[in-house]
Amino acid sequence: MNEVQSWQDIEPLLSVRNLTKFYSPGKGCGDVSFDLYPGEVLGIVGESGSGKSTLLNSLSNRLRPDSGEILYNSEQFGELNLYAAEESERRILMRSEWGIVHQHARDGLRMNVSAGANIGERLMAVGERHYGDIRQRALQWLEAVEIEAGRIDDKPSQFSGGMQQRLQIARNLVTHPRLIFMDEPTGGLDVSVQARLLDLLRNLVANLGLSVIIVTHDLAVARLLAHRLMVMRRGEVVESGLTDQVLDDPQHPYTQLLVSSILQN
Amino acid sequence: MSQTEGYNFAYLDEQTKRMIRRAILKGVAIPGYQVPFGGREMPLPHGWGTGGMQVTASVIGADDRLKVIDQGADDTTNAVSIRRFFARTAGVETTERTVEASLIQTRHRIPETPLSNDQIIIYQVPVSEPLRFIEPRETETRKMHALREYGAMQVKLYEDVARFGHIATSYDYPVLVNDRYMMSPSPIPKFDNPKMDRMPALQLFGAGFEKRIYAVPPYTSVKSLDFDDHPFEVQQWQESCAICGSDHSFLDEVITDDNGSKIYVCSDTDYCAGRVAASEEPQQ
Repeated sequence: MNEVQSWQDIEPLLSVRNLTKFYSPGKGCGDVSFDLYPGEVLGIVGESGSGKSTLLNSLSNRLRPDSGEILYNSEQFGELNLYAAEESERRILMRSEWGIVHQHARDGLRMNVSAGANIGERLMAVGERHYGDIRQRALQWLEAVEIEAGRIDDKPSQFSGGMQQRLQIARNLVTHPRLIFMDEPTGGLDVSVQARLLDLLRNLVANLGLSVIIVTHDLAVARLLAHRLMVMRRGEVVESGLTDQVLDDPQHPYTQLLVSSILQN
Repeated sequence: MSQTEGYNFAYLDEQTKRMIRRAILKGVAIPGYQVPFGGREMPLPHGWGTGGMQVTASVIGADDRLKVIDQGADDTTNAVSIRRFFARTAGVETTERTVEASLIQTRHRIPETPLSNDQIIIYQVPVSEPLRFIEPRETETRKMHALREYGAMQVKLYEDVARFGHIATSYDYPVLVNDRYMMSPSPIPKFDNPKMDRMPALQLFGAGFEKRIYAVPPYTSVKSLDFDDHPFEVQQWQESCAICGSDHSFLDEVITDDNGSKIYVCSDTDYCAGRVAASEEPQQ
Protein backbone atom coordinates (compact mmCIF):
# COMPACT_ATOMS: atom_id res chain seq x y z
CA MET A 1 0.00 0.00 0.00
CA ASN A 2 1.31 3.42 -0.86
CA GLU A 3 2.03 5.61 2.05
CA VAL A 4 0.03 8.78 1.76
CA GLN A 5 2.29 11.80 1.97
CA SER A 6 0.78 14.49 4.10
CA TRP A 7 1.42 18.12 3.19
CA GLN A 8 3.50 18.64 6.29
CA ASP A 9 6.16 16.35 4.82
CA ILE A 10 6.49 18.42 1.65
CA GLU A 11 8.96 21.28 1.53
CA PRO A 12 7.33 24.64 0.91
CA LEU A 13 8.00 26.07 -2.56
CA LEU A 14 8.24 29.62 -1.28
CA SER A 15 8.88 30.79 2.26
CA VAL A 16 8.44 34.44 3.07
CA ARG A 17 9.81 35.77 6.37
CA ASN A 18 9.08 39.26 7.73
CA LEU A 19 8.97 40.86 4.30
CA THR A 20 8.80 44.65 4.59
CA LYS A 21 8.72 47.37 1.97
CA PHE A 22 7.55 50.86 2.86
CA TYR A 23 7.66 53.87 0.57
CA SER A 24 6.68 56.08 3.52
CA PRO A 25 5.04 55.19 6.84
CA GLY A 26 1.79 53.36 6.13
CA LYS A 27 2.49 53.14 2.39
CA GLY A 28 3.68 49.70 1.34
CA CYS A 29 3.53 46.40 3.15
CA GLY A 30 5.07 45.30 6.42
CA ASP A 31 6.13 42.17 8.25
CA VAL A 32 4.52 39.62 5.94
CA SER A 33 5.34 35.95 6.53
CA PHE A 34 3.86 32.86 4.92
CA ASP A 35 4.69 29.55 3.26
CA LEU A 36 3.42 28.51 -0.13
CA TYR A 37 3.31 24.79 -0.92
CA PRO A 38 3.51 23.16 -4.35
CA GLY A 39 0.14 23.16 -6.09
CA GLU A 40 -1.32 25.73 -3.74
CA VAL A 41 -3.19 28.87 -4.78
CA LEU A 42 -2.82 31.79 -2.41
CA GLY A 43 -5.14 34.77 -2.76
CA ILE A 44 -4.19 38.23 -1.52
CA VAL A 45 -7.23 40.47 -1.08
CA GLY A 46 -7.71 43.96 0.25
CA GLU A 47 -8.78 47.44 -0.79
CA SER A 48 -6.85 49.71 -3.12
CA GLY A 49 -3.68 51.01 -1.49
CA SER A 50 -3.50 48.22 1.05
CA GLY A 51 -0.11 47.06 -0.21
CA LYS A 52 -1.20 44.04 -2.26
CA SER A 53 0.69 44.98 -5.39
CA THR A 54 3.76 46.10 -3.46
CA LEU A 55 3.81 42.68 -1.81
CA LEU A 56 3.40 40.91 -5.14
CA ASN A 57 6.15 42.97 -6.77
CA SER A 58 8.50 42.23 -3.90
CA LEU A 59 7.71 38.54 -4.06
CA SER A 60 8.23 38.35 -7.80
CA ASN A 61 11.69 39.91 -7.97
CA ARG A 62 10.59 43.28 -9.26
CA LEU A 63 10.93 45.39 -6.12
CA ARG A 64 13.71 44.92 -3.59
CA PRO A 65 12.20 44.84 -0.07
CA ASP A 66 13.59 46.94 2.80
CA SER A 67 14.00 43.85 4.97
CA GLY A 68 12.92 40.25 5.25
CA GLU A 69 13.71 37.12 3.28
CA ILE A 70 12.19 35.19 0.43
CA LEU A 71 13.37 31.59 0.18
CA TYR A 72 12.52 29.78 -3.01
CA ASN A 73 13.04 26.08 -3.57
CA SER A 74 14.37 26.10 -7.12
CA GLU A 75 14.60 23.12 -9.45
CA GLN A 76 17.78 24.49 -11.05
CA PHE A 77 19.54 26.24 -8.17
CA GLY A 78 18.21 24.47 -5.06
CA GLU A 79 17.26 26.59 -2.05
CA LEU A 80 17.59 30.21 -3.11
CA ASN A 81 17.48 33.32 -0.95
CA LEU A 82 15.92 35.49 -3.59
CA TYR A 83 17.35 38.95 -3.10
CA ALA A 84 20.72 37.63 -1.90
CA ALA A 85 21.13 35.52 -5.06
CA GLU A 86 22.93 36.50 -8.25
CA GLU A 87 20.86 38.68 -10.53
CA SER A 88 21.58 36.32 -13.43
CA GLU A 89 20.01 33.45 -11.45
CA ARG A 90 16.99 35.52 -10.56
CA ARG A 91 16.49 36.51 -14.17
CA ILE A 92 16.76 32.89 -15.28
CA LEU A 93 14.06 32.04 -12.73
CA MET A 94 11.84 34.78 -14.09
CA ARG A 95 11.81 33.27 -17.54
CA SER A 96 11.82 29.58 -16.69
CA GLU A 97 10.35 28.53 -13.35
CA TRP A 98 8.24 31.63 -12.76
CA GLY A 99 5.53 33.43 -14.63
CA ILE A 100 3.96 36.83 -14.14
CA VAL A 101 0.49 37.67 -15.41
CA HIS A 102 -0.03 41.41 -15.39
CA GLN A 103 -3.31 43.20 -14.91
CA HIS A 104 -2.85 45.04 -18.19
CA ALA A 105 -1.93 42.58 -20.90
CA ARG A 106 0.19 45.16 -22.69
CA ASP A 107 2.58 45.21 -19.72
CA GLY A 108 3.20 41.50 -20.14
CA LEU A 109 3.06 41.11 -23.91
CA ARG A 110 5.22 42.41 -26.73
CA MET A 111 2.60 44.27 -28.69
CA ASN A 112 4.68 44.72 -31.85
CA VAL A 113 5.32 41.04 -32.56
CA SER A 114 2.89 38.25 -33.40
CA ALA A 115 1.06 36.02 -30.92
CA GLY A 116 3.27 33.09 -31.92
CA ALA A 117 6.43 35.09 -31.22
CA ASN A 118 5.01 36.16 -27.88
CA ILE A 119 4.56 32.55 -26.84
CA GLY A 120 7.83 31.45 -28.44
CA GLU A 121 9.97 34.14 -26.83
CA ARG A 122 10.37 32.33 -23.53
CA LEU A 123 11.25 29.10 -25.34
CA MET A 124 13.93 30.93 -27.33
CA ALA A 125 15.11 32.60 -24.13
CA VAL A 126 15.80 29.21 -22.56
CA GLY A 127 17.72 28.05 -25.63
CA GLU A 128 15.20 26.57 -28.09
CA ARG A 129 16.53 27.14 -31.63
CA HIS A 130 14.29 24.98 -33.82
CA TYR A 131 11.63 27.06 -35.57
CA GLY A 132 9.31 24.13 -36.31
CA ASP A 133 9.27 23.02 -32.66
CA ILE A 134 8.69 26.55 -31.40
CA ARG A 135 5.81 26.98 -33.83
CA GLN A 136 4.29 23.66 -32.78
CA ARG A 137 4.45 24.52 -29.09
CA ALA A 138 2.93 27.93 -29.75
CA LEU A 139 0.01 26.31 -31.57
CA GLN A 140 -0.54 23.86 -28.72
CA TRP A 141 -0.66 26.65 -26.20
CA LEU A 142 -2.99 28.80 -28.28
CA GLU A 143 -5.36 25.85 -28.31
CA ALA A 144 -4.95 25.36 -24.57
CA VAL A 145 -6.04 28.93 -23.92
CA GLU A 146 -8.86 28.72 -26.47
CA ILE A 147 -7.45 31.05 -29.13
CA GLU A 148 -7.97 29.93 -32.74
CA ALA A 149 -4.82 28.53 -34.35
CA GLY A 150 -5.41 30.84 -37.34
CA ARG A 151 -4.64 33.87 -35.20
CA ILE A 152 -1.05 32.79 -34.51
CA ASP A 153 0.47 35.38 -36.83
CA ASP A 154 -1.77 38.24 -35.69
CA LYS A 155 -0.41 40.88 -33.37
CA PRO A 156 -1.83 41.10 -29.84
CA SER A 157 -3.06 44.61 -30.60
CA GLN A 158 -5.63 43.00 -32.91
CA PHE A 159 -6.92 40.81 -30.06
CA SER A 160 -9.77 41.58 -27.67
CA GLY A 161 -8.95 42.26 -24.03
CA GLY A 162 -9.91 38.75 -22.95
CA MET A 163 -7.83 37.18 -25.71
CA GLN A 164 -4.83 39.32 -24.81
CA GLN A 165 -5.13 38.13 -21.23
CA ARG A 166 -5.30 34.50 -22.35
CA LEU A 167 -2.34 35.01 -24.64
CA GLN A 168 -0.41 36.43 -21.72
CA ILE A 169 -1.19 33.29 -19.74
CA ALA A 170 -0.07 31.05 -22.61
CA ARG A 171 3.16 33.05 -22.96
CA ASN A 172 3.92 32.42 -19.30
CA LEU A 173 2.98 28.77 -19.17
CA VAL A 174 4.92 27.62 -22.23
CA THR A 175 8.10 26.92 -20.24
CA HIS A 176 6.12 24.95 -17.63
CA PRO A 177 6.75 27.25 -14.71
CA ARG A 178 6.09 26.08 -11.16
CA LEU A 179 5.03 29.40 -9.69
CA ILE A 180 2.81 32.04 -11.24
CA PHE A 181 2.18 35.55 -9.92
CA MET A 182 -1.05 37.16 -11.03
CA ASP A 183 -2.03 40.77 -10.50
CA GLU A 184 -5.77 41.25 -10.97
CA PRO A 185 -5.89 38.93 -14.00
CA THR A 186 -9.58 39.58 -14.56
CA GLY A 187 -9.52 43.34 -13.98
CA GLY A 188 -11.04 45.36 -16.80
CA LEU A 189 -12.83 42.41 -18.40
CA ASP A 190 -16.59 42.11 -18.65
CA VAL A 191 -18.37 39.54 -16.51
CA SER A 192 -18.86 36.78 -19.09
CA VAL A 193 -15.25 37.05 -20.30
CA GLN A 194 -14.12 37.03 -16.68
CA ALA A 195 -16.06 33.82 -16.03
CA ARG A 196 -14.47 32.12 -19.03
CA LEU A 197 -10.99 33.23 -18.05
CA LEU A 198 -11.48 32.07 -14.47
CA ASP A 199 -12.71 28.71 -15.68
CA LEU A 200 -9.65 28.38 -17.90
CA LEU A 201 -7.30 29.41 -15.11
CA ARG A 202 -8.85 26.96 -12.68
CA ASN A 203 -8.44 24.08 -15.11
CA LEU A 204 -4.85 24.99 -15.99
CA VAL A 205 -3.88 25.36 -12.35
CA ALA A 206 -5.40 22.00 -11.46
CA ASN A 207 -4.03 20.13 -14.49
CA LEU A 208 -0.50 21.51 -14.32
CA GLY A 209 -0.19 21.48 -10.53
CA LEU A 210 0.82 25.15 -10.53
CA SER A 211 1.44 27.18 -7.44
CA VAL A 212 -0.15 30.59 -7.78
CA ILE A 213 -0.12 33.82 -5.84
CA ILE A 214 -3.01 35.92 -7.04
CA VAL A 215 -3.76 39.49 -6.06
CA THR A 216 -7.34 40.60 -6.45
CA HIS A 217 -9.87 42.94 -4.92
CA ASP A 218 -12.68 40.74 -6.21
CA LEU A 219 -13.69 38.30 -3.50
CA ALA A 220 -15.63 36.18 -6.01
CA VAL A 221 -12.40 35.58 -7.95
CA ALA A 222 -10.62 34.74 -4.74
CA ARG A 223 -13.29 32.27 -3.70
CA LEU A 224 -13.24 30.54 -7.05
CA LEU A 225 -9.46 30.19 -7.43
CA ALA A 226 -7.72 30.48 -4.08
CA HIS A 227 -7.18 27.71 -1.56
CA ARG A 228 -5.94 30.12 1.05
CA LEU A 229 -6.50 33.83 1.55
CA MET A 230 -4.55 36.67 3.07
CA VAL A 231 -6.50 39.84 3.81
CA MET A 232 -4.46 43.04 3.75
CA ARG A 233 -5.21 46.47 5.09
CA ARG A 234 -2.91 49.47 5.40
CA GLY A 235 0.14 47.41 4.53
CA GLU A 236 -0.48 44.64 7.02
CA VAL A 237 -1.96 41.18 6.84
CA VAL A 238 -4.97 41.35 9.16
CA GLU A 239 -6.29 37.86 8.61
CA SER A 240 -5.29 34.70 6.81
CA GLY A 241 -6.62 31.17 6.52
CA LEU A 242 -8.48 28.81 4.24
CA THR A 243 -10.56 30.71 1.71
CA ASP A 244 -13.93 29.33 2.77
CA GLN A 245 -13.10 29.86 6.40
CA VAL A 246 -12.08 33.46 5.91
CA LEU A 247 -15.01 34.34 3.70
CA ASP A 248 -17.71 32.44 5.61
CA ASP A 249 -16.53 33.19 9.11
CA PRO A 250 -14.47 36.37 9.02
CA GLN A 251 -12.86 37.24 12.37
CA HIS A 252 -11.28 40.64 11.82
CA PRO A 253 -13.66 43.60 11.65
CA TYR A 254 -12.15 44.71 8.33
CA THR A 255 -12.65 41.28 6.77
CA GLN A 256 -16.22 41.30 8.04
CA LEU A 257 -16.73 44.66 6.37
CA LEU A 258 -15.17 43.41 3.15
CA VAL A 259 -17.33 40.28 3.05
CA SER A 260 -20.52 42.12 3.95
CA SER A 261 -19.91 44.70 1.25
CA ILE A 262 -20.41 42.14 -1.51
CA LEU A 263 -23.83 42.38 -3.16
CA GLN A 264 -25.94 39.44 -2.08
CA ASN A 265 -28.48 38.03 -4.48
CA MET B 1 48.22 67.30 -51.38
CA SER B 2 48.70 69.66 -48.48
CA GLN B 3 46.31 70.06 -45.63
CA THR B 4 43.97 72.99 -45.05
CA GLU B 5 45.42 75.66 -42.77
CA GLY B 6 43.82 76.49 -39.44
CA TYR B 7 42.76 72.93 -38.71
CA ASN B 8 44.49 70.25 -36.70
CA PHE B 9 45.61 67.18 -38.64
CA ALA B 10 42.45 65.23 -39.62
CA TYR B 11 40.11 67.91 -38.22
CA LEU B 12 39.69 66.61 -34.64
CA ASP B 13 41.85 68.00 -31.84
CA GLU B 14 44.43 65.69 -30.29
CA GLN B 15 42.61 65.33 -26.94
CA THR B 16 39.47 64.12 -28.71
CA LYS B 17 41.49 61.68 -30.79
CA ARG B 18 43.06 60.27 -27.64
CA MET B 19 39.66 59.81 -26.06
CA ILE B 20 38.37 58.04 -29.17
CA ARG B 21 41.49 55.87 -29.37
CA ARG B 22 40.95 54.79 -25.76
CA ALA B 23 37.39 53.79 -26.68
CA ILE B 24 38.70 51.90 -29.71
CA LEU B 25 41.28 50.05 -27.61
CA LYS B 26 38.58 49.05 -25.15
CA GLY B 27 36.39 47.94 -28.03
CA VAL B 28 39.20 45.81 -29.46
CA ALA B 29 39.82 44.29 -26.03
CA ILE B 30 36.14 43.31 -25.70
CA PRO B 31 35.09 42.26 -29.21
CA GLY B 32 31.54 43.33 -30.03
CA TYR B 33 31.02 45.37 -26.86
CA GLN B 34 29.65 48.87 -27.44
CA VAL B 35 31.91 51.45 -25.82
CA PRO B 36 30.35 54.87 -25.19
CA PHE B 37 32.45 57.85 -26.24
CA GLY B 38 32.08 61.61 -26.21
CA GLY B 39 30.97 62.13 -29.78
CA ARG B 40 31.97 65.49 -31.29
CA GLU B 41 30.16 67.71 -33.72
CA MET B 42 31.39 67.11 -37.23
CA PRO B 43 30.88 69.54 -40.11
CA LEU B 44 28.10 67.41 -41.58
CA PRO B 45 24.84 66.07 -40.12
CA HIS B 46 24.44 62.98 -37.97
CA GLY B 47 23.46 60.05 -40.13
CA TRP B 48 25.98 61.02 -42.80
CA GLY B 49 28.76 58.99 -41.30
CA THR B 50 29.94 61.18 -38.44
CA GLY B 51 30.65 58.15 -36.24
CA GLY B 52 32.82 56.51 -38.88
CA MET B 53 34.55 59.82 -39.61
CA GLN B 54 35.50 60.36 -35.99
CA VAL B 55 37.01 56.87 -35.85
CA THR B 56 38.84 57.46 -39.13
CA ALA B 57 40.13 60.84 -37.95
CA SER B 58 41.49 59.20 -34.79
CA VAL B 59 43.35 56.34 -36.46
CA ILE B 60 44.52 57.99 -39.68
CA GLY B 61 48.19 58.91 -40.06
CA ALA B 62 50.05 60.96 -42.64
CA ASP B 63 51.26 57.75 -44.37
CA ASP B 64 47.81 56.22 -44.71
CA ARG B 65 45.97 55.83 -47.96
CA LEU B 66 42.21 56.22 -47.58
CA LYS B 67 39.38 54.65 -49.53
CA VAL B 68 35.77 55.63 -48.83
CA ILE B 69 32.80 53.70 -50.18
CA ASP B 70 29.08 54.24 -49.99
CA GLN B 71 26.95 51.22 -50.95
CA GLY B 72 30.08 49.77 -52.49
CA ALA B 73 30.65 52.72 -54.79
CA ASP B 74 33.54 55.21 -54.65
CA ASP B 75 31.71 57.87 -56.63
CA THR B 76 28.52 58.55 -54.63
CA THR B 77 27.91 61.73 -52.66
CA ASN B 78 28.73 60.40 -49.21
CA ALA B 79 31.90 58.69 -50.37
CA VAL B 80 33.13 61.66 -52.40
CA SER B 81 32.52 64.23 -49.67
CA ILE B 82 34.12 62.18 -46.88
CA ARG B 83 37.13 61.31 -49.05
CA ARG B 84 37.61 64.97 -49.94
CA PHE B 85 37.19 65.96 -46.29
CA PHE B 86 40.17 63.85 -45.24
CA ALA B 87 42.19 64.81 -48.30
CA ARG B 88 41.79 68.44 -47.24
CA THR B 89 42.09 68.21 -43.47
CA ALA B 90 44.74 65.48 -43.24
CA GLY B 91 46.41 65.84 -46.61
CA VAL B 92 46.52 62.05 -46.96
CA GLU B 93 46.54 60.16 -50.21
CA THR B 94 43.24 58.68 -51.30
CA THR B 95 42.51 55.78 -53.55
CA GLU B 96 39.59 53.97 -55.08
CA ARG B 97 41.45 50.66 -55.20
CA THR B 98 40.76 48.27 -52.34
CA VAL B 99 44.18 46.63 -52.44
CA GLU B 100 46.01 49.97 -52.26
CA ALA B 101 44.08 51.33 -49.28
CA SER B 102 45.36 51.07 -45.72
CA LEU B 103 42.13 52.54 -44.31
CA ILE B 104 38.68 51.94 -45.73
CA GLN B 105 35.67 53.81 -44.41
CA THR B 106 32.48 52.18 -45.55
CA ARG B 107 28.75 52.71 -45.56
CA HIS B 108 26.70 49.55 -46.16
CA ARG B 109 29.24 47.26 -47.86
CA ILE B 110 32.42 45.27 -47.38
CA PRO B 111 34.61 45.26 -50.53
CA GLU B 112 34.48 42.07 -52.60
CA THR B 113 38.29 41.89 -52.68
CA PRO B 114 39.38 40.11 -49.48
CA LEU B 115 41.03 42.46 -46.99
CA SER B 116 44.48 41.83 -45.54
CA ASN B 117 45.93 42.03 -42.06
CA ASP B 118 47.54 45.46 -42.66
CA GLN B 119 44.22 47.12 -43.48
CA ILE B 120 41.58 48.64 -41.22
CA ILE B 121 37.91 48.83 -42.23
CA ILE B 122 35.72 51.42 -40.52
CA TYR B 123 31.96 51.07 -40.64
CA GLN B 124 29.43 53.88 -40.31
CA VAL B 125 26.70 52.69 -37.94
CA PRO B 126 23.24 54.25 -37.63
CA VAL B 127 21.79 52.10 -34.82
CA SER B 128 24.43 50.38 -32.74
CA GLU B 129 22.11 48.36 -30.47
CA PRO B 130 20.97 45.10 -32.10
CA LEU B 131 18.48 44.45 -29.27
CA ARG B 132 16.70 47.77 -29.75
CA PHE B 133 14.08 46.14 -31.95
CA ILE B 134 12.83 44.00 -29.10
CA GLU B 135 13.74 46.16 -26.09
CA PRO B 136 13.45 49.95 -26.11
CA ARG B 137 15.04 50.48 -22.65
CA GLU B 138 18.80 51.13 -22.66
CA THR B 139 19.18 49.94 -19.05
CA GLU B 140 17.56 46.66 -19.98
CA THR B 141 19.58 46.09 -23.17
CA ARG B 142 22.81 46.69 -21.26
CA LYS B 143 21.74 44.12 -18.70
CA MET B 144 20.84 41.67 -21.45
CA HIS B 145 24.33 42.07 -22.93
CA ALA B 146 25.97 41.75 -19.53
CA LEU B 147 24.10 38.53 -18.75
CA ARG B 148 24.28 37.25 -22.32
CA GLU B 149 20.48 37.00 -22.57
CA TYR B 150 20.10 36.84 -26.32
CA GLY B 151 17.06 34.56 -26.67
CA ALA B 152 14.85 37.55 -27.43
CA MET B 153 16.94 38.30 -30.51
CA GLN B 154 15.59 35.12 -32.09
CA VAL B 155 12.12 36.68 -31.93
CA LYS B 156 13.09 38.90 -34.85
CA LEU B 157 14.02 35.87 -36.92
CA TYR B 158 10.89 34.01 -35.78
CA GLU B 159 8.73 36.86 -37.06
CA ASP B 160 10.47 36.67 -40.43
CA VAL B 161 9.93 32.95 -40.85
CA ALA B 162 6.32 33.18 -39.65
CA ARG B 163 5.53 35.92 -42.13
CA PHE B 164 7.66 35.07 -45.17
CA GLY B 165 8.54 31.40 -44.72
CA HIS B 166 12.26 32.17 -44.55
CA ILE B 167 14.55 34.57 -42.70
CA ALA B 168 13.80 37.70 -44.68
CA THR B 169 16.14 40.05 -42.81
CA SER B 170 18.56 40.95 -45.57
CA TYR B 171 20.72 43.68 -44.08
CA ASP B 172 21.92 44.61 -40.56
CA TYR B 173 21.68 40.90 -39.85
CA PRO B 174 22.54 40.27 -36.17
CA VAL B 175 25.79 38.45 -35.39
CA LEU B 176 27.40 36.95 -32.30
CA VAL B 177 31.02 38.06 -31.94
CA ASN B 178 33.61 35.78 -30.35
CA ASP B 179 30.73 33.67 -28.93
CA ARG B 180 29.97 36.44 -26.47
CA TYR B 181 28.47 39.74 -27.62
CA MET B 182 25.49 40.24 -29.91
CA MET B 183 26.44 42.90 -32.43
CA SER B 184 24.86 44.89 -35.21
CA PRO B 185 27.13 44.58 -38.26
CA SER B 186 25.79 47.99 -39.42
CA PRO B 187 23.42 47.92 -42.41
CA ILE B 188 25.63 45.81 -44.65
CA PRO B 189 23.74 43.19 -46.67
CA LYS B 190 23.82 39.77 -45.05
CA PHE B 191 25.75 38.77 -48.19
CA ASP B 192 28.74 40.40 -46.49
CA ASN B 193 28.27 38.75 -43.07
CA PRO B 194 30.46 35.71 -43.87
CA LYS B 195 33.31 38.09 -44.81
CA MET B 196 33.38 39.40 -41.24
CA ASP B 197 34.09 35.97 -39.80
CA ARG B 198 37.82 35.62 -39.07
CA MET B 199 38.59 38.61 -41.29
CA PRO B 200 42.34 39.38 -41.30
CA ALA B 201 41.69 43.14 -41.18
CA LEU B 202 40.77 45.08 -38.03
CA GLN B 203 37.10 46.09 -38.11
CA LEU B 204 36.05 49.28 -36.31
CA PHE B 205 32.49 50.57 -35.96
CA GLY B 206 31.49 54.16 -35.18
CA ALA B 207 27.94 55.29 -34.39
CA GLY B 208 27.72 59.09 -34.38
CA PHE B 209 24.09 59.38 -33.32
CA GLU B 210 24.35 56.97 -30.43
CA LYS B 211 27.98 57.83 -29.56
CA ARG B 212 29.16 54.23 -29.49
CA ILE B 213 32.31 52.57 -30.79
CA TYR B 214 32.82 48.85 -31.12
CA ALA B 215 35.32 46.60 -32.81
CA VAL B 216 36.11 43.15 -34.10
CA PRO B 217 39.83 42.33 -33.89
CA PRO B 218 41.49 40.40 -36.76
CA TYR B 219 40.68 36.67 -37.00
CA THR B 220 37.74 36.84 -34.58
CA SER B 221 34.74 34.57 -35.03
CA VAL B 222 31.56 36.33 -36.18
CA LYS B 223 28.49 34.10 -36.35
CA SER B 224 25.18 35.03 -37.94
CA LEU B 225 22.10 34.01 -35.94
CA ASP B 226 19.75 31.41 -37.32
CA PHE B 227 17.40 28.54 -36.49
CA ASP B 228 18.40 24.87 -36.63
CA ASP B 229 15.78 24.24 -39.30
CA HIS B 230 16.27 27.61 -41.08
CA PRO B 231 20.04 28.01 -41.39
CA PHE B 232 21.70 31.32 -42.32
CA GLU B 233 21.87 31.90 -46.08
CA VAL B 234 23.13 34.77 -48.22
CA GLN B 235 21.39 36.40 -51.18
CA GLN B 236 21.77 34.84 -54.61
CA TRP B 237 21.03 36.20 -58.06
CA GLN B 238 19.89 34.52 -61.27
CA GLU B 239 21.59 37.27 -63.24
CA SER B 240 25.24 38.27 -63.51
CA CYS B 241 26.79 41.74 -63.68
CA ALA B 242 25.95 43.54 -66.94
CA ILE B 243 29.35 45.26 -66.98
CA CYS B 244 31.89 42.69 -65.83
CA GLY B 245 29.86 39.49 -66.00
CA SER B 246 30.52 38.56 -62.37
CA ASP B 247 28.21 35.82 -61.06
CA HIS B 248 29.45 35.82 -57.47
CA SER B 249 29.43 39.46 -56.29
CA PHE B 250 26.68 41.54 -54.69
CA LEU B 251 24.51 43.00 -57.47
CA ASP B 252 22.47 46.21 -57.56
CA GLU B 253 19.32 46.39 -59.65
CA VAL B 254 19.40 49.45 -61.91
CA ILE B 255 16.31 50.69 -63.75
CA THR B 256 17.35 51.89 -67.22
CA ASP B 257 14.20 53.42 -68.71
CA ASP B 258 10.54 54.23 -68.02
CA ASN B 259 9.36 50.83 -69.27
CA GLY B 260 10.84 48.94 -66.36
CA SER B 261 13.88 47.64 -68.18
CA LYS B 262 16.64 46.87 -65.75
CA ILE B 263 20.17 45.61 -65.52
CA TYR B 264 22.15 44.17 -62.66
CA VAL B 265 25.58 45.59 -61.90
CA CYS B 266 28.18 45.00 -59.20
CA SER B 267 27.67 47.26 -56.19
CA ASP B 268 31.45 47.27 -55.61
CA THR B 269 32.61 49.64 -58.39
CA ASP B 270 36.33 49.03 -57.80
CA TYR B 271 35.88 45.27 -58.03
CA CYS B 272 33.81 45.62 -61.21
CA ALA B 273 36.30 47.99 -62.88
CA GLY B 274 39.16 45.69 -61.88
CA ARG B 275 37.50 42.72 -63.54
CA VAL B 276 36.82 44.69 -66.73
CA ALA B 277 40.45 45.87 -66.88
CA ALA B 278 41.75 42.35 -66.33
CA SER B 279 39.61 40.94 -69.14
CA GLU B 280 40.69 43.69 -71.57
CA GLU B 281 44.42 43.47 -70.90
CA PRO B 282 45.22 40.30 -72.88
CA GLN B 283 43.58 41.72 -76.00
CA GLN B 284 45.67 44.88 -76.04
